[in-house]
Amino acid sequence: MITLDIKKIWYYFTRYIDNFLLAGIFLLMLTGLIVLYSATGGNLTRVISQLINMIVAFVVMWTVANIPLQRIMRLAFPIYVMGIILLVAVALFGEVQNGARRWLNLGFINIQPSELLKIAAPLMMSWYFDKAHITLRWRDYVVAVLILLLPVLLIARQPDLGTALLILISGFYVIFLAGLSWRIIVGLAVAVAVSLPLLWTFGMHDYQRKRVMTMLDPSQDALGAGYHTIQSSIAIGSGGISGKGWLKGTQSQLDFLPEPSTDFIFSVFSEEFGLIGNSLLLSLYLIVIGRCLVITARAPTRFTRLVAGSITLTFFTYVFVNMGMVSGILPVVGIPLPLISYGGTSMVTILLGFGILMSIHTHPKLVKT
Amino acid sequence: MNNTVELRDHTREIRLFRIRLAICAVIVIILFGLLFSRFFYLQVSQGEHYTTLAEANRITIQPLTPNRGLIFDRNGEILAQNYTAYTLEIVPDQVKNLESAIDELATVVEITPEDRRRFNKLKRESTRFKSLPIRSRLTDIEVARFAENQYRFPGMDIKAHPLRHYPRGELVSHVIGYIGRINDKDLEQFEADKRLKNYRGSTHTGRIGIEKSYENALHGQTGFEQVETDAVGRPVRTLSRVAPVAGNDLTLSLDIGLQQAAVQAFGDYRGALVALDPSNGEILAFVSKPGFDPNLFVDGIDHANWRLLNESIDRPLNNRALRGVYPPGSTFKPFMALAGLELGKRSIRYAFNDPGFFSLPGSSHRFRDWKPGGHGWVDLRKSLVISCDTYYYMLAHDLGITNIHNFIGQFGFGREIGIDIPGEVRGLLPSPEWKKKRFKQNWLPGDTISVGIGQGFNLSTPFQLTFAMMLLANDGRAYKPHFVKQQVDHNKHLVEDNFVEEMYRLNLKQEYLDYVKQALTDVTRPGGTASRAGANAAYTFAGKTGTSQVINIKQGERYNASRINERHRDHALFTAFAPAEDPKIVLTVLVENGGSGGSTAAPIARKVLDYFFLGKMPEPAEKAG
Repeated sequence: MITLDIKKIWYYFTRYIDNFLLAGIFLLMLTGLIVLYSATGGNLTRVISQLINMIVAFVVMWTVANIPLQRIMRLAFPIYVMGIILLVAVALFGEVQNGARRWLNLGFINIQPSELLKIAAPLMMSWYFDKAHITLRWRDYVVAVLILLLPVLLIARQPDLGTALLILISGFYVIFLAGLSWRIIVGLAVAVAVSLPLLWTFGMHDYQRKRVMTMLDPSQDALGAGYHTIQSSIAIGSGGISGKGWLKGTQSQLDFLPEPSTDFIFSVFSEEFGLIGNSLLLSLYLIVIGRCLVITARAPTRFTRLVAGSITLTFFTYVFVNMGMVSGILPVVGIPLPLISYGGTSMVTILLGFGILMSIHTHPKLVKT
Repeated sequence: MNNTVELRDHTREIRLFRIRLAICAVIVIILFGLLFSRFFYLQVSQGEHYTTLAEANRITIQPLTPNRGLIFDRNGEILAQNYTAYTLEIVPDQVKNLESAIDELATVVEITPEDRRRFNKLKRESTRFKSLPIRSRLTDIEVARFAENQYRFPGMDIKAHPLRHYPRGELVSHVIGYIGRINDKDLEQFEADKRLKNYRGSTHTGRIGIEKSYENALHGQTGFEQVETDAVGRPVRTLSRVAPVAGNDLTLSLDIGLQQAAVQAFGDYRGALVALDPSNGEILAFVSKPGFDPNLFVDGIDHANWRLLNESIDRPLNNRALRGVYPPGSTFKPFMALAGLELGKRSIRYAFNDPGFFSLPGSSHRFRDWKPGGHGWVDLRKSLVISCDTYYYMLAHDLGITNIHNFIGQFGFGREIGIDIPGEVRGLLPSPEWKKKRFKQNWLPGDTISVGIGQGFNLSTPFQLTFAMMLLANDGRAYKPHFVKQQVDHNKHLVEDNFVEEMYRLNLKQEYLDYVKQALTDVTRPGGTASRAGANAAYTFAGKTGTSQVINIKQGERYNASRINERHRDHALFTAFAPAEDPKIVLTVLVENGGSGGSTAAPIARKVLDYFFLGKMPEPAEKAG
């Protein structure tokens, strides 16, 4: 009887969870904890606090996974509106930290509304596309772009160019997957290429320009902004094929790396586990992304397809940009490595996304006819 | 119909979506491949390179600066020592806005405008030094206050440095010299001498005096420590260590008591005194008055003090004993006398009736004796005792300039003798060749006449005069004058104590030497020019007075009448040895604008000798009005 009950509870508990995806996520999280222990110089409190972040994020994921799609879809619009209101509130009453107005103090908690928009914006766009014409017209794309640009511009003004760009990209994935014509995509690409010099001159803060310059040649400012990239490259390169071993990375243990537990945690991993470790980690990410792509491909409705695709590709973008940045092929933009970097907010956002994916995959498919 | 269109659209939409998704999947794989190839490049192709960089990052070699050797006088009195001083240093590269950072620093620790100027100067000059001092000699309270606020000042740190201190200050400044902060020029020199490695971590080097000439012995051997450091260079642990070897300690032949006695004997007068032991060349006292406080220079002298010293009319920075050139005046005569005897131009018995002047044959120009009307019958002894000029005008004429130049040159005039502190000058012992070269003029017979009494083109330093007198006192033996008597290493093991060197010996007839020495003894006896100074002496001493004419009146010395008058006055000279029969000390006294040698210089010498033989410390002399 008791075993039957446990089985039943287990069933209800894991009903809407995709075990394959969950296994991948757990493996990445475990890796994260192991590296974090080394990156913090053996600070168990930080590891435990990250573990709590993970548990919280897991609860969020589980909860979302258990929400039927229809309800998620209904939530898209209110979440988006709330996000926009919060962004406006930040612009008006936000707290300034490091020269940027990003945080909103609600008295009991400090929140960063831009984080919410990472999910809310593609959700809203997908919702809109789903409600739009059966065959999408160019007007629909224009509306979707407006839905996207509103939060992007608000966030870019804070200024938080990195997040704005990421939301822009996640929105672009939605539009791309919705079937935007190739002609317009090529046209857009040309337009971006043309506007880059203008952006450089008028749209960028000095520190942002400096980052770009340093990215092109880190050695130009080896002790200033390029220092991070160079030290990070040294960490990765000196790891060699098999790495220096856990807790034995000199670059990370001796404080040469900036932010070794957040943005630059991958260089710690790389230094200690070498090319073999990197290959395994890349494979792990690839497996997770692959599973997500399968879920996306099988998604029943336009809304779910677009949402799933955007979440999957955004997740990939995070991984790529972070690894590219620490290994010196992309500028340092301050994006954490998903599931591995220390930090509660990004962990929750990421797992929220996976929760949606699981919900899409496991709830009864209601084919719209 | 409508329904099938919708269905067809639906399948078309899914197909389109899946194609787009597949494109994305391919891009994902391509970009992951790009990442992998980047990792491969960094970790395999460039792995060794980055491993080297990582090693260099964490292992640094830190120099361990040795303690500088100490300097003592002959009785073990300390003349140069080290103490620990706390210096506030800044690494300019690590401070973002240097000016405002220093402004903020000034709220915690006092930073004077002078400190800033000095720091900025260092910053410009010493590109190869990373950590530069902004404030030295912090008090304990300042150290504590900074330590409390250190988190506010990245790139700034307090360092404990051994600092040089000269407890006797001005008294021996011209001998000991001082050390100064190493600049780029020094570094170039070290590099050329292949000493640079030993100076990694050193901040100071000898500038003048013993500190400079014995730099290599005093500096010591720099040690090295291999340490593992973190990103900001904080040592985490030591991997290996080669201890530094402290510099050698020097004991000088200088007697600080005698030095003190000499300075006191001078009273308010400016001048120089050199005293040495004729039996070995050890220098016992070496005074150039006024001196300066060498401690001001150790950390870089500030502008105001530098102006004060450099522009002072008394020229305290000028080492008069070694570098001050004066006409030797009548102190030249004993050597002229020896030249006359040795070269057969005069005999001991020769005497003449002094008319009080000398004229060249066929010339009406009169070279006058200092005593109008002359000294009556004068022989060689009397010529020295009363310092007869006419005798030496005639002798110079008879010897000729070439003979004078060659014979007297043997006593060290007109050349560098050699001494173990830097900066010696040659003075001038004129010759026809010299005049031709210098003025493009022929030597005139009249030029020779004034050379005979130590005037004319003649220029010598108090040091040279002392050396010449040593040769006379020593019957021609020339010992190399030197300050350093003994060198021991940091364990007090003897390194060297044989600094006595007989340079050469003049072959002079003993009879002549004894005669001249006897005459010089009579100088300090009743009837001699230094009889007042010699009165009631407990020992015999031989000497020669001299007066050297001040020729140039410099522009810019027009302060007030009495001052000008004083500075127009002749320099007083006295050179002596004692006891006359067995000399233990040779000394020369030069009193700038002191008037006559017998009245000013000789009494000073007497006081110094009284201290040397009797231990009597003189009261400061009264200045003649």
